[in-house]
Order: sequence, then C-alpha cells, then structure tokens
Amino acid sequence: MAAAAELSLLEKSLGLSKGNKYSAQGERQIPVLQTNNGPSLTGLTTIAAHLVKQANKEYLLGSTAEEKAIVQQWLEYRVTRVDGHSSKNDIHTLLKDLNSYLEDKVYLTGYNFTLADILLYYGLHRFIIRKLRHREVGN
Amino acid sequence: MRLFVSEGAPGSLPVLAAAGRARGRAELLISTVGPEDCVVPFLTRPKVPVLQLDSGNYLFSTSAICRYFFLLSGWEQDDLTNQWLEWEATELQPALSAALYYLVVQGKKGDDVLGSVRRALTHIDHSLRRQNCPFLAGETESLADIVLWGALYPLLQDPAYLPEELSALHSWFQTLSTQEPCQRAAETVLKQQGVLALRPYLQKQPQPSPPEGRAVTNEPEEEELATLSEEEIAMAVTAWEKGLESLPPLRPQQNPVLPVAGERNVLITSALPYVNNVPHLGNIIGCVLSADVFARYSRLRQWNTLYLCGTDEYGTATETKAMEEGLTPQEICDKYHIIHADIYRWFNISFDVFGRTTTPQQTKITQDIFQRLLARGFVLQDTVEQLRCERCARFLADRFVEGVCPFCGFEEARGDQCDKCGKLINAVELKKPQCKVCRSCPVVKSSQHLFLDLPKLEKRLEEWLGKTLPGSDWTPNARFIIRSWLRDGLKPRCITRDLKWGTPVPLEGFEDKVFYVWFDATIGYLSITANYTDQWERWWKNPEQVDLYQFMAKDNVPFHGLVFPCSALGAEDNYTLVSHLIATEYLNYEDGKFSKSRGVGVFGDMAQDTGIPADIWRFYLLYIRPEGQDSAFSWTDMLLKNNSELLNNLGNFINRAGMFVSKFFGGYVPEMVLTPDDQRLLAHVTLELRRYHQLLEKVRIRDALRSMLTISRHGNQYIQVNEPWKRIKGSEADRQRAGTVTGLAVNIAALLSVMLQPYMPTVSATIQAQLQLPPPACSILLTNFLCTLPAGHQIGTVSPLFQKLENDQIESLRQRFGGGQLEETLDLKAKMSPKPAVAETGTTAAPQQIQALMDEVTKQGNIVRELKAQKADKNQVAAEVAKLLDLKKQLAVAEGKPPEVPKGKKKK
Repeated sequence: MAAAAELSLLEKSLGLSKGNKYSAQGERQIPVLQTNNGPSLTGLTTIAAHLVKQANKEYLLGSTAEEKAIVQQWLEYRVTRVDGHSSKNDIHTLLKDLNSYLEDKVYLTGYNFTLADILLYYGLHRFIIRKLRHREVGN
Repeated sequence: MRLFVSEGAPGSLPVLAAAGRARGRAELLISTVGPEDCVVPFLTRPKVPVLQLDSGNYLFSTSAICRYFFLLSGWEQDDLTNQWLEWEATELQPALSAALYYLVVQGKKGDDVLGSVRRALTHIDHSLRRQNCPFLAGETESLADIVLWGALYPLLQDPAYLPEELSALHSWFQTLSTQEPCQRAAETVLKQQGVLALRPYLQKQPQPSPPEGRAVTNEPEEEELATLSEEEIAMAVTAWEKGLESLPPLRPQQNPVLPVAGERNVLITSALPYVNNVPHLGNIIGCVLSADVFARYSRLRQWNTLYLCGTDEYGTATETKAMEEGLTPQEICDKYHIIHADIYRWFNISFDVFGRTTTPQQTKITQDIFQRLLARGFVLQDTVEQLRCERCARFLADRFVEGVCPFCGFEEARGDQCDKCGKLINAVELKKPQCKVCRSCPVVKSSQHLFLDLPKLEKRLEEWLGKTLPGSDWTPNARFIIRSWLRDGLKPRCITRDLKWGTPVPLEGFEDKVFYVWFDATIGYLSITANYTDQWERWWKNPEQVDLYQFMAKDNVPFHGLVFPCSALGAEDNYTLVSHLIATEYLNYEDGKFSKSRGVGVFGDMAQDTGIPADIWRFYLLYIRPEGQDSAFSWTDMLLKNNSELLNNLGNFINRAGMFVSKFFGGYVPEMVLTPDDQRLLAHVTLELRRYHQLLEKVRIRDALRSMLTISRHGNQYIQVNEPWKRIKGSEADRQRAGTVTGLAVNIAALLSVMLQPYMPTVSATIQAQLQLPPPACSILLTNFLCTLPAGHQIGTVSPLFQKLENDQIESLRQRFGGGQLEETLDLKAKMSPKPAVAETGTTAAPQQIQALMDEVTKQGNIVRELKAQKADKNQVAAEVAKLLDLKKQLAVAEGKPPEVPKGKKKK
C-alpha cells in the first residue's frame, strides 16, 4: 500500500473530515504533507503522529513517558524493519520476534491501543496477505 | 532501570549523552555486555544499547531510549523532532553504518567512505542553513541534536570527514561536541582512540548493504520538495512583473580583459593538456569543458572573467614523439597545438586565450621564479647516477638504452624493464648497455640535479592553506589529497632533467639541463597570460582583487595545490594563488568502469565524426561529470539521456511553448493574468533558479544542470495540467487561460535558454533566435525569474531543437569505438601531464616508460581493431589480442598495479 493511501485511511479512521493531499519524494516514495500554516512534513510516522494530534487523539501516542517512548520505538521499527527490503528470512525473523513479544500482551504498549498498532498492522498487512495466498496455492 | 551497553557500540554515544537529562528522576545502572549477547528476550538478533525499564519493558531503539530520557525531564514531543528522528533512522543510519563499516572494518579512506554519507550530510547542512537556527529543532539544543550528533560523532570527529564547505553543519557539530555531556559520552565510548574504538563491535556486524541508488552514479540525485511561503510567492511575483527593466546594462567587452578594482574578477584556468596526444573525452570533461561552463556562467553573472588554457609542450614525451614521427620537437608541438585548438573550437570552448608553454615568456618567468627561490635558499643540489652516451653527448633516458638483462640474460632488455622476464631494471645495471640511437656504449656518469626544498616551505604552505581553505570551494577530493600529502610530510623534489626540450636552467654547471615539466608547467598559466597582455601581473600578482579558479582532474591536485603554491610562496613576489581548486574524479569508458588498466577511448576529433552535434556531447559529458565520484561514459546511457532529458523533457517543453505562441496567437506573446497557481509556479521556478545559482557558485556543475532540467519538468507538467490546446477552443475565460499558460510557458522557455547557455551554447542561441529574446536578456542571468517576453512580443520561427538518437546508430558507434569488448575495456582518465613521478630519482625512468607502454598499448589496440574490422582470420586476431593483453600486463606492472584480470567473456 502506498504511503499516501495508508495516510488517507488513517485520516478516515481518526475521523478527520478534510482529506489532505500527499506528494511522494525520492525513490522510496516517502510521503510529504504540505501543511497550511507551516513547513511541510516528511515521513510516514511523522505525518501520522501529526494527524493524531490534529484529531485531538493524543492518547494514541501514549500517555506516560514510557508508553510514548514505546510507541515511537515501534513506529521506527515499522519504517526501518518492516518497510526495509526484507528477504524471506528477515520477514520470518520479524514475525517470530513480534509473536514472541506479543505473547503476553494485547497491544504493543500492553493494554492500550495506539498509533503503533495501527501502523504496524498496515505494514504487516502485505506479508500476511501474501502468506495466506501462499497457503491457498499450497493447498 | 538498567542500561546495557557494549564496547564500541556506536549507539552508546547518543544514549550516554542524553542520560544526563534523566538524572534525579530515575536510578540508572549500566552493564556492559558482549556485542553478541542477546539482552532482549523477544529479539532473535543481538541489539545494544538496550534500556530495561523498571516495569520490565525493553527499549531497544537508540532514539527511543534518548527520547525516553528527554520525556522524563519534561520535554514535549513535536513534529520537527519526530521528522528528524525518522530521517535519522531511515536515511542517515543506513548510509552511516555503511560508511563506518568501510572505514573501520575494511580500512577504506577518503571518498570511498564519505561518498555514501555526503548526501545526508548536505541535507543537514541545508536544513540548518534554511531555517537559520543554530539547532535542528530551534533555538535550543534538543533531542534531535543529541541523536544526530551521537550518530555522526564517530565519523565527523575526524576532520577529514567533515567537509569544510558544509559550514552550517560544521558549526552545529562543533557546538555540540564541546558540550559537557557530549564530551563525556565521547570519551567513554571512543576512549581517545578515535573511530577505531568501534572496531570490536563493528567487526561482529554483518556488512551493511550500501544505501540504495548509490551504485548508479549517472542517475540524478533526489529532488527535494520545496516549501513555499506566501512571502516567497509575493516576492517572485513582484520580480516577475518588473521584467526587462530590472536588467542592468551590459558590461562592455574589454580587450584585453583586465581586473577592475571593486569588481568581482574571476581568473579561470583549465589544466594544460599535454601536447603530444589528441585529447580524449576524459580530458575534455575533466578540464576544459568544466572550466568553460564556469567561465560562461561567470560572464552571465557579469563578473569580469578571464578564461585561459594552452598546450603543455616541453618534456621527454615530446622529444620521443618527435623522433618517432621524424620531426623536430618544435614541429611536433606546432602540429599538435593546432589539433588541440581545433578540437576545443569544435566543442565550443570559450577561451579568452589558448596559448602554449614554449615561449620566451615562459623562460623569462620560470627563470625569474627559480632565481628568487635560489636566492632565498629554497633550492638544493644533489648527485644522481645516470647513463650517458659520449657520442651523442647526452644523458640517456631509459627508453633510449638497451642491453643484456642482469636477471635472465635476455639480449634486448630495455633500460627500464626486461621484456622477457618482466623484471624492472635500473638502467645502470644493464650488462653491455647500448645507446639506442647510435649503438655505442654509454658510461655511468653522475649528474648534478637541483631540488626544490619543499620541507623548508611546508610551514608557509600550511599557513596559506589555513587562510584559504575555510569557506572556499575547493572540492573535497582536492582537500583530501593535499591533507594526506602534508600528513606524510613533504620531501625535496628534483626540478631538473637531462634534456634539451625544456626551459633552460640559468645556473653555471647546468647549461645542458632544463627544468622538469612539473616545476614549470604550472608557470605556463602565467606565461600564457603574459603573451596575451603585457599587464599580466595585474592578474597574477594581485591576490587581493583576483579570485583564481583552477580546474583539473584529481591527479593534478598536488601540482596546483602544493608544488606551485610552494614555489610562489618561496619566490615572495605576491603571486595570486588558487582560491578554488576544482578537481574531478575519473571518467570511465563503458565496461572500463573501475578498471585500472590505462588506455585510450574516444578522442576529441573522433567525436566530430560521429555526426552527433557538439552540444549533445557537451550535455552528456556534463550530465555524467565525475563530480564527487567516478562516473562512466556509456553509449546506451547517452542515447537514453538524449532521448529522455533533451528530446522529451527540455526540447519538448521549449518547442511546445513556442509552438503555442505561433499557432494559437499568431506569433505574439498573449496577455497573462496570473492565478494563485501560476504565482506558485513562478515561485517554484524562482526557487529552482536560485538553487541553480547556488550550485554553480559552488561549481557543482552537474547538479546545477539537473536543477535546470527540473524547471523544464515543472513546465511540462504545467502545460499538461492546463491543456492550453483545449482551452483555446473554449469560452472567453478559457481562451484567456490558454493565453496565460502559453505566455508563462514561453517565458520559462526564455529563462531556460539563458540557463542553458553555459552548457549548450549553440542550442541556447538557437532558442533565443526562435524566441527573438531581447539582447540584454540573452547575456545576463539574474537570481530572479523575470518576464522577458511581455505580452505583444513577437517571436520568430519555431522548430525542433533535438534529434532522436536511434539504437542502431548508437550500436554501430559502440562497435566502432569498441565499448564493451574485452580487449578494449579502456578507461579514460581525465588527466593532464605532468604525472606525479612515482619516485623522485632524478631520472625520467618511470613516467617515460609508462608513456612508452601506453603508446604501445594504443598501437596494438588499433591493430586489433583494424583486424577485426577487416574480419581477419580468427587465429591471427587471437595472436594480436594476446600481444595486447601482454602489453597491458607490462603496463600494469610498470605502474606498480596488480595485472588486470580479464573480465569475463565478450559481450554480444
């Protein structure tokens, strides 16, 4: 899913009515948001956090210092590890690590749903769909 | 909470520097673990540093740990910081870990290391500059600064990797490095061992894959999206509306061009090509063409500009060539000087002077500098042993001696190397030596030579460099080369030779000797100017008023950045010294990429025979200019760039803009009523124009060309979105809109014609004639985008500017010039003589021998080519190819390089 589409989806789920327009930059097609009252913002997680604040849903960024740091850690994980050019092996390790991390948790921060869950879900979507398809073919 | 760190893990730097923020808010224990210990239970791969929180949670991201410390101190998150940290994780880290790995684990140096991070460093520098704040996210130091500083510190603490031209980055980095928490973190992690302290950790890491897109050097760099404020847009509109009025009067042409007090006086030199060869594409892009672009740009800025070059004519190579061709050295020089001049004329190089070094002025000025050095005690004498032929009454250069090999007994060993056993020979060790010319037996004689006492001049040189380099536009490779010479310490250098063809040495006992070319070749610039005007000293002894730009390939840096400055400083005569030394990397040819085998590829005079216009050659060579890294000439790429950038982008836009004026508006520029969208476009074009200026002021020729192409891309989009060809058939409002779009587009075309002038002068003139651009607008380029073709202006006849290059045409050229074939994988070096001598022994051994071998390789290459063209017998071809490979092997040995391993099969 292109970053712009992902951000539009996020806008909707946040209940933001006015849709933003995004442009893409460079070979990795990094999303750029031209804001009305300031400089543009570049980067998926940067823009996503900005949208969350715009929607007055700051709790999605975590409530305590610890939660906030954890949310950002997983957002970084999303853009560096999940979006990296992963080999099959990398993907396997990544899913395994996440599985073991989530074993005793409901959400990435523990019990609170946050932006990290949304973006990680979007990011993993493509692997998991592929895996399912793969299985169908296998059967 | 507990922090796990590991010896030499770079992530510890920012974490330790940020830890101070949390002091007093939580207790912090620090444990050291091995680089391969898995601290985090759920992660398969080891990761440090890691912070284990009291809740049992783990933070395994360096940025997240730093962020947590800052959050504990009451800091609030903001967009700008998030953006910097995201950029750090996704862009900076991949580039940086590759650079650190190259440096620390693989022991690479210089541009091999810097190459991968330069773009990132430039990005930081530009951002700091643009927002005009001392710190990344505002007026005070914050999380983003600590994270980026910590990431960069291991590399940038070595000044060799902190490019001085990135001055904003420089001062930001220094400010942070002197702060106490940062200083302490640096000491803890690097332990005063510098970057090598990271070794125990980095060694255990997998080799990072090089950041994407770096391998393909011919591709454009990322275009950053511009952000525009209302103010910028308003300013662009105001400038546009002023139009032609804002152009200053044209400065009258002077002859001769002389410096003017109170003006910007730009003196431009291009490395002097050595006379005994036809220049190849490498010479052309490395020196004369790059300098030409800057000279033309400088004139467009109305700076008082003198651009000079000439042929370098003295030396053994000329003497040898003369013997080969049965001419006198003077005749050889006359012949080749004309060949050079013709080629540069064809390439449209706008020299104010194209002179030569074999003139009385050269003798006068060289001898004067020598006398001054001698009088001031900067010249040493020493004895060197050499073979002398009594009958010919001269010392023999190595290629003029033959004899029996002292190692294998081969009868016809040369003075430098045995063809049979391949061993290098010192000419005086040959048994039964013979003079190749008269066949008599030479004797060993010692010969007196003069040496320039560089160690004695070193301190002056360093002082001068200390004043000159900061804030100047010396290219990073030039800075690096000079720095490494100084680090190794300067040694006395022999400046005389036992030759006839050179500048005579004015000293008793040295009547039979001449100055070695590397002492007097750079003085050629002065003598060429002196032949142009008797007031040459106003350029060359006027460092206060003259800005000297010298263009060359990087192998010439020591002569221009070190030897000549030392001579000039020692002579104490207030010489103008180089302010901006612009050195290119090497241009390779087709598959000769990164191959070290030396040879020849496409020559300047052959380019003319291809039927491809000079401007297209200029464009492509400048597009792939080896700026910051080596690049490769490729026929296929040339076709692509011509057809995509010139034909489909630039040519298409300019032609459409002109055609709309002709077809829809009878050849008269229509009225323009600018909408907010148009105003935005104006501002975008202005911004890109500014970038073009910024880049060319810094002599980033290749990047500036891309800026120009970006404008025409904006233009094409603009036409595409607004569809004037449809609107012209619509309502009154639609027709007016079509007029505005056409008018604005044709004005962008006019602007492009001027920006294009330094790169493609003929095409530029053609566009300006088609558009009937008023004369002052053709010759001046301001930093604002003006309306130079106002409503009502009548344009001329518009016709297409570029031709498509076809596959079969390019394929036949490739065949003709032999790209992509094993025996012809030759790389072109953008170089000029003199070469830095391998070892300074006082004999002409090494360079001469290499030259001889290179000539033989060339000849043999031609034989092979001809045979192939005639479809000769396979075995015969194979035999000649074997000879060629052998010669190349010898050449590699002579150059002290490992013999080239043949690269796979021929490509078909």
